[in-house]
Amino acid sequence: MMRKVLVTLAIIGFAFALLPMVFEAGTPDAPGGLASAYLEKSPQDFATANVVTAIVVSYRGFDTLGEVAVLFAATAGVGALLTRKRLGLTEPDAPKTPSTEILYTATNLLTSLLVMFGVYIFIHGHLTPGGGFQGGVVIATAVLLNLLASPGSHVAHSVMSAVESLSGAFYVGLGLLGAFLAWGFLDPRVLPIGKIGALVSAGSIPLIYSVIGLKVGAELSAILDALKGDRE
Amino acid sequence: MNILALIGAINPVAASGAVVILIGLWGVLARPNIFKIAIAFSIMETGVNLLILSVGYIRGRTAPILDSAADAATATIKMTDPVPQALVLTSIVIGLAVTALMLSYAVRLKAGKDGSSIEAWGEEKW
Repeated sequence: MMRKVLVTLAIIGFAFALLPMVFEAGTPDAPGGLASAYLEKSPQDFATANVVTAIVVSYRGFDTLGEVAVLFAATAGVGALLTRKRLGLTEPDAPKTPSTEILYTATNLLTSLLVMFGVYIFIHGHLTPGGGFQGGVVIATAVLLNLLASPGSHVAHSVMSAVESLSGAFYVGLGLLGAFLAWGFLDPRVLPIGKIGALVSAGSIPLIYSVIGLKVGAELSAILDALKGDRE
Repeated sequence: MNILALIGAINPVAASGAVVILIGLWGVLARPNIFKIAIAFSIMETGVNLLILSVGYIRGRTAPILDSAADAATATIKMTDPVPQALVLTSIVIGLAVTALMLSYAVRLKAGKDGSSIEAWGEEKW
């Protein structure tokens, strides 16, 4: 009884705290100074059509490096927590029920298309909505389909860690190149910035977003594999 | 009509975000199943993301991507605020990492003792 009263009070308190935002969100009729500066400067500075990408990858690129590091730490944590030994599974599992013919056939048809779509999303991250994180998630869905279609299989762990560490090293390397050849760490102007709207433009932003896409795809695949709960 | 004006002043995205946050908060506080608690955190996070996005939305403006609708010259008068959108992108990824970790702790707790109710762990009970 006491608990129900406390929970109700907490929810009512939160509702009152959120109430002003419900009325005030979105009422200003112009973006603030910082946002206006980003909107004005990013086409001139980096020739990115997508302003959000310019903010995520270059203006606040250091944040994104930290974000990728957090994702890596979570992957390592999930992998360390969910091993057969730690879950107390000593005997080998009973053979798993094979998946249906429909899922198996659809997986064979869709895998290459999904990977291609993911690569398309992260290569065009500076031009269209999307980018490395979204493309990486689409690639991980292809891995999920394959894990569902053959329940006993595993993601090749050595390949995943190779992709992950190489793309992470490449990301930091591109950042350091920015510090030595351009105006600061992760500055994309180490390559010519080109013309707005072209695929090869925006300096090193497409390269950075591609390695982020590969890294996120590999990390999420490792999480999906670990969440099956039967890794050695 | 006063009430109609009051309802008209509500930002629908922010309002739905607030409702989703409250649903998630109720799930976190009132559900005994640890898997449902982890999912409730994820729901709460979705609400927070909606709320942050609604702050940067400006009525009648377009997405912050340069194309035929808004070119570099008219960007500041035709586009919405890109900063909350960039923040939400970060927030979604961190949220995914946190949810995955919470769920794997839940799996470990379930493997350690019978059932997945939080009541089985006396020190977590309040």
